[in-house]
Amino acid sequence: MSKTITIDGKVIPFEEGQTIMDAAMAAGVYIPHLCHQPEFTPHGSCKLCTVKVNGRNCSACTFPAADGQDVLNHTEELIEDRKKITQMLFVEGNHFCPSCEKTGNCQLQAVAYHLNMLDNHFPLFYPDREVDASHDEVMVDHNRCIFCTLCVRASHEKDGKDVFAISGRGIHKHLIVNAESGLLKDTDVAATDQAAHICPTGAILIKRTGYQVPIGQRIYDHQQIDQVSLATEHPKHGE
Amino acid sequence: MRQFIHGIAENNHYQATHLLQILRQIQSRYHYIPEAAIEQLSGLLSIPRTQIISVIEFYSFFHLTPRGRYELLISDSITDHMLGKKDLLDYLAKKLAVAVGAVREDGLVSLENTSCTGMCDQGPAGLVNGYALTRLDRSSIDKIVELVNQQKPLDEWPKELFLVNDNIYKSGLLLDRQMEQGAALKSAFKRGVKATLAEVDKSGLRGRGGAGFKTATKWQFCSEEQQSVRYVVCNADEGEPGTFKDRVLLNSYADQVFEGMTVCAAIIGAKQGFLYLRGEYLHLYDKLQSILNQRRQNGLLGTNILDQGLDFDIEICLGAGAYICGEESALIESLEGKAGIPRNRPPYPVTQGYLGKPTVVNNVETFLAAASIAVNGGDWFADIGTEKSKGTKILSISGDCARPGIYEYPFGTTIQTVLNDCGADDVLGVQVGGPSGTFISNQEFDRKLAFEDLATGGSFIIFNSSRNILDMVHNFTHFFAHESCGFCTPCRVGTSLLQKQIDKIVEGHGSAGDVVALEELCQLVKNYSHCGLGQTAANPIITTLERYPDLYQNRLKEISYEPGFDLDGALTTARRMANRDDAGAHLAQTDAFGSRPVASLPPSLAVGE
Ligand SMILES: Cc1cc2nc3c(=O)[nH]c(=O)nc-3n(C[C@H](O)[C@H](O)[C@H](O)COP(=O)(O)O)c2cc1C
Ligand code: SF4
Ligand code: SF4
Ligand code: FES
Ligand code: FES
Repeated sequence: MSKTITIDGKVIPFEEGQTIMDAAMAAGVYIPHLCHQPEFTPHGSCKLCTVKVNGRNCSACTFPAADGQDVLNHTEELIEDRKKITQMLFVEGNHFCPSCEKTGNCQLQAVAYHLNMLDNHFPLFYPDREVDASHDEVMVDHNRCIFCTLCVRASHEKDGKDVFAISGRGIHKHLIVNAESGLLKDTDVAATDQAAHICPTGAILIKRTGYQVPIGQRIYDHQQIDQVSLATEHPKHGE
Repeated sequence: MRQFIHGIAENNHYQATHLLQILRQIQSRYHYIPEAAIEQLSGLLSIPRTQIISVIEFYSFFHLTPRGRYELLISDSITDHMLGKKDLLDYLAKKLAVAVGAVREDGLVSLENTSCTGMCDQGPAGLVNGYALTRLDRSSIDKIVELVNQQKPLDEWPKELFLVNDNIYKSGLLLDRQMEQGAALKSAFKRGVKATLAEVDKSGLRGRGGAGFKTATKWQFCSEEQQSVRYVVCNADEGEPGTFKDRVLLNSYADQVFEGMTVCAAIIGAKQGFLYLRGEYLHLYDKLQSILNQRRQNGLLGTNILDQGLDFDIEICLGAGAYICGEESALIESLEGKAGIPRNRPPYPVTQGYLGKPTVVNNVETFLAAASIAVNGGDWFADIGTEKSKGTKILSISGDCARPGIYEYPFGTTIQTVLNDCGADDVLGVQVGGPSGTFISNQEFDRKLAFEDLATGGSFIIFNSSRNILDMVHNFTHFFAHESCGFCTPCRVGTSLLQKQIDKIVEGHGSAGDVVALEELCQLVKNYSHCGLGQTAANPIITTLERYPDLYQNRLKEISYEPGFDLDGALTTARRMANRDDAGAHLAQTDAFGSRPVASLPPSLAVGE
């Protein structure tokens, strides 16, 4: 007999070692997420994937599935609160989508659409952040970083480098790169690195590829992020 | 410098787990961590430079740019403020001719605020190059300024400046007698380690660090793990503002604490223990080291302890200014030489703790109590207290009372009894359990100290009726924003938003809608944060808003909306440049209908639609 959990009343099987996120993805149930990509070690920091497990809030991307769990995902309360968490990510940085190259391909923006976010709700922080355009092929716009650490994990786990890291504490958190100068040009990053392509927002971009796909024809211009995610991301199997 | 750094790395066996200890020494020698040191350490410890930088930038006591040769930090606990900290700090800054947060031009001295240093019974307090300063007043500040300007080495400074008193005013079950060295271990071996665990179980002892998990159960779980290597960790991070009892326990009962750790090691089968001592308690370090040495000489630590075949030793690791490192999984990360970011759970430390091995983490007082229980048996402890909270609790009492200090009470004691004993009258309310705990009003003094009523890690701060509750809320809210590790969105952004909202209300710019928004934000931070810090960061607001809604309402203006953004303020520079200050050069914050000014509209998301 395979073990199961229920998500919003739907019975879902899982393998030992899978998280709630893995089980949900495999069963075609979308749980909003930003810091999670199935091929990387889960991080559990954005909290967008929060679900109620037997009445308690848990991060679906890190919480192990266990037989008989009663999981709530698509409830009014969770959707409303996830929206506010997304709004927090927006006000903390400087996201001017209309002038951003990533618009339409951006997961942060797509999640915001999906959650029906219509304003920022919270006061904007207007932090002073920089753009690092020193490298020939890759650029970092710190204004748009949401500290998901996907680039950090990709560089370490896939590229076998340690180009990126998150430094600082609390609201002073920031992305740093592995060079004495602190500039991307002095790191061993390459445009072919997974780390250079994984960013869910427009914080890491490949130079000279901008606007090749016109606005209006981009990934999330015609599809919601839940459909895209279920079609393109494949869950990790249990061990 | 190369040689100096190589020496430190060598003494630390080139282990990256010792990064904090290494950086502490470099900071103390150079008053910052020079770039060359980072480069060199990266090679010596085989870790990326980014890892070193992220540790430096995480801990308050490490710096990438030079601080003064005398680094002065003044404690920012609410109790320091109640003792006139602000005036003193201004006075100090003026006398030293250095701004708060800055380094003096000659590089001799720097001045900064720091979170509660654990001296609330003898504040206003501070630190100079890491060493505790107590009972600061104008005359001691005059003295300090003189010593700094004369460039007197710290060991030539008068001892009174560094005097730390225990201030034990009421002792009970645990503090009444000093245990003889080795007594708990001898009893445990005589009874048998399994039988000793049964006594700890019978005692009903629950963790004294806050969460109140049953100690015997934790030890049992850890001992059942299928692993050969296990660790014992004593949590002496004591960062909750208003808590200082672990400082006193380590100053005067350290032997018993180490003995509790050793009993635990015998029960779970650990060979290595750590005392994670908050950096603010540097003044205790040498004394604790010498007690450990004495125990080694007496066969109570090291190999074959008391000829019972037990091998166990204890290492002291100092923190570097981060409240979050009191959270057990963040503490373990810190012990591993990393930034103190709480781990995802499960797995819990008892299954995967230090270096992935089963680890017991307990509070100082928990180990102290366990040692006494090993000697006196479970019933001795369980006979006292309430049904769910056995034994006694050691309180750190501070704030408005005649005798701030250490008090030990059986669980079940009422708040009123405590207030009578420490000489507190005209009391407005008490903050029980520190900023992360509960504020209770003077209508609730019949409530009891107990896990089932008012739980506390030991902090007990008294406010009399001359105090303004919103000042307290303001101080606590800033504390959490400053100490959030920043890992998760709700806490990182939420604590900063709470700080902005509280500032706005306290400064009288709040509007009616703000209280509703504030309550909503509190719930969000509480319900979605990753760890206990975020989950309790809104407590100061939640518990006072519930009790004193009028207090908040009275600060609110009649308008229904006021933007978070100061429109007129933003024009200051423009006015100065245009040399204008007439009415036309000013903007009203809101129009006559209290509607939103254009500037606060969100930037559109709607591109590409
Ligand atoms: C933000 C935060 C700070 C904490 N600080 C401390 C501390 O300074 N000392 C402590 O013993 N426990 C602290 N704790 C609780 C620890 O995580 C842990 O529960 C405790 O050390 C376990 O020991 P005990 O069972 O003996 O209480 C803190 C928890 C959180 C969430
Ligand atoms: S990164 Fe995404 S959310 Fe941020 S500005 Fe660009 S499109 Fe908008
Ligand atoms: S740069 Fe992008 S991928 Fe890296 S942490 Fe920031 S948002 Fe995440
Ligand atoms: S996706 Fe789970 S916390 Fe970010
Ligand atoms: S940052 Fe520590 S709780 Fe989220």
